[in-house]
Amino acid sequence: MTAKWTPKPSLPPPALEKGIGGWIYKNLFSSPGNAVLTLLGAALLLWAVPPVVRWALLDANWIGQSRSACDPLSADAPTGACWVFIKVRLGLFVYGFYPDPERWRVNIIFVVGALALWPLLAPTLFKHSRVQVVYSIAAVAVVLILFGAKPAGAALGFFGLPFLLARISLKKRLPTEAGGIKGIAPGAGLALLGALAVYGGLRWLLGPAPSGAIATLAALLCLPLIFAKPLSVMLWRGIFLFTVYPLFVFFMLVGGVLGLPHVETHYWGGLFLTLVVAGSGMVTALPIGILLALGRRSEMPVIKTLCVSFIEFVRGVPLVSVLFMASVMFPLFLPEDVNVDKLLRALVGITFFYAAYMAEVIRGGLQAIPKGQYEAAQALGWSYWKMMGLIILPQTLRLVIPGLANNFLSLLKDTTLVAVIGLLDLLGIAKAAMADVEWLGFTKEAYVFAAAVFWTFCFGLSRYSVHLEKKYHVRYR
Amino acid sequence: MPTHTDPSSTDSPKIIVISHLNKWFGEFHVLKDINLAVDKGEKLVICGPSGSGKSTLIRCINRLEKHQQGQIIVDGIELTNDVKHIDQVRREVGMLFQNFNLFPHMTVLENLTLSPVWIRKMPLKEARELAFHYLERVKIPELADKYPGQCSGGQQQRVAIARCLCMNPKVMLFDEPTSALDPEMIKEVLDVMIDLANSGMTMLCVTHEMGFARTVADRVVFMDGGEIVEENDPENFFNHPQSERTVLFLSQIISHEFKG
Repeated sequence: MTAKWTPKPSLPPPALEKGIGGWIYKNLFSSPGNAVLTLLGAALLLWAVPPVVRWALLDANWIGQSRSACDPLSADAPTGACWVFIKVRLGLFVYGFYPDPERWRVNIIFVVGALALWPLLAPTLFKHSRVQVVYSIAAVAVVLILFGAKPAGAALGFFGLPFLLARISLKKRLPTEAGGIKGIAPGAGLALLGALAVYGGLRWLLGPAPSGAIATLAALLCLPLIFAKPLSVMLWRGIFLFTVYPLFVFFMLVGGVLGLPHVETHYWGGLFLTLVVAGSGMVTALPIGILLALGRRSEMPVIKTLCVSFIEFVRGVPLVSVLFMASVMFPLFLPEDVNVDKLLRALVGITFFYAAYMAEVIRGGLQAIPKGQYEAAQALGWSYWKMMGLIILPQTLRLVIPGLANNFLSLLKDTTLVAVIGLLDLLGIAKAAMADVEWLGFTKEAYVFAAAVFWTFCFGLSRYSVHLEKKYHVRYR
Repeated sequence: MPTHTDPSSTDSPKIIVISHLNKWFGEFHVLKDINLAVDKGEKLVICGPSGSGKSTLIRCINRLEKHQQGQIIVDGIELTNDVKHIDQVRREVGMLFQNFNLFPHMTVLENLTLSPVWIRKMPLKEARELAFHYLERVKIPELADKYPGQCSGGQQQRVAIARCLCMNPKVMLFDEPTSALDPEMIKEVLDVMIDLANSGMTMLCVTHEMGFARTVADRVVFMDGGEIVEENDPENFFNHPQSERTVLFLSQIISHEFKG
């Protein structure tokens, strides 16, 4: 004879655990020692915060167009910060010495970049194709209103082509069952033909300078068309952001084509230089870092040795010395008539420097993946690159988001070091502006402004990494 | 709907032939002159104390472990350093692990469709149908959109079985599939394995589940110290063991089962 078993009902937790009072008691006043610490902390905040707020906001001077507005000698001058200085010099802070009439070119890459980035950063908002279409039309309209017809035409191509490309699959037209090289060959041939056609057309239309680059890009973009099925619009947007957009940025900023005047890179500066250096550094350092990490764990001794020695060499030297080498030593090894742009050399230096650091972060992640994941993939017949790309690396990158965010943040801030080779990023420009005889004595404002801008970008990046961490949280077992 | 490869479709009845297999881990001689042939559709249970080399043996069959001497031929393909042959064999041989090894960053459905789509180049729609077919067979179609971390151990192992079946293997290797499970979950996995055995799948199973061996196995292989000590049909293996070592092993297992 067995008795019937009924589980006991679940009861609510004790009252002390609940509500604001419970929280305050538990977290702030749980013991006499903690109560003292809480009161001390509150006193410290009361002592420190009001003067800062008074200086930066309440007593600050926002009005005026010249130095006289904040002259300390005049009687009614405010005692707080003089933000007029920042207001008057804002153009310099954002664009550096980029010529005034050409600054719209910087603006357009900011606007198009932001418009292209948003759907990729918040993909859940853009799940429905209708939203995508509306957003793209709106994006083109924004460019049309801000910059006129010609740029809007380019924007139409940039935001519209993904829709078109996502509907095309050459595989259906060219039924090739063969895998590997044989499967790619017909598509590659077609891409080459397409590229030649694009090149011919562009050369006829625009002249030689940008045609070659654009045609090469068009050929590269044709390659994904040979996959078994069309890629999604979102994926094409991503591909565009990392291929078409950099080329667009390059031609827009450098100029010399399509009737845009050429702007030498030593005129570049300010916030936009910071963003160019940081953006291109982040985008190129991560893939190189991944390859270095895989190479370091490779079983092939030559590759392994190469990767280990590169990583250890780069990690052993300071970034400043890498930049000096890129700027001063590197040209000595080149023939006299070959001249690689200074900014480009700095970019390459920063990229490889951070690639080495990211490689180690990623290697840490690779080591944390249980051996069983590799075995399961191998047992199912996965080859090395497919296994890495679809099974191991997606898990690894999720694991190392905090470490990579660390690297990205320090890369963003280390862009200030390009000042040592004479490139004026936001901080460099701020220092240059302080030296302006008309505005002597406003160093605090300039530094606080630069710090605030850096903080805004870094905090944004940091929050985004936290968002990614939550979104891609992986539970083992 | 997809069905398993008919075991009698090709001429040779032997799907796995292992001859004079030797393997060392460093200085340690882990497999000593193993000779073993498995018929199509045969259910083989490999048992033995821990460290006897039984796991290593079945891991050699899909080249998760590399052997140094001897020959392993799976479905007419010899396993050598040739990557092409290894890939071919791995596509025909499914494997179940003690720790399930589902891909934790994908849903159950994605775990099942990924390999058919990327390795077998199957259209996604077809792969999904196949996945649901096998999820129903292991009786958990409702878990399709869950992540492995949200499933119990028994459910995860059943998903792992379905994942193997989606690749339509000719042979399945089981490396202690129930050892990491709570007692209440062992039965649900064994039931699926018995169902699989009844469908004619060739199975090599390293396990301590002697009940499973008695009811399902065509042949039981007992290993110790890297050698095959004894092999026999279950009836004779359990009731009339030939070797002294087998007698000792069985007496310990059975006394444990009674105490347990």
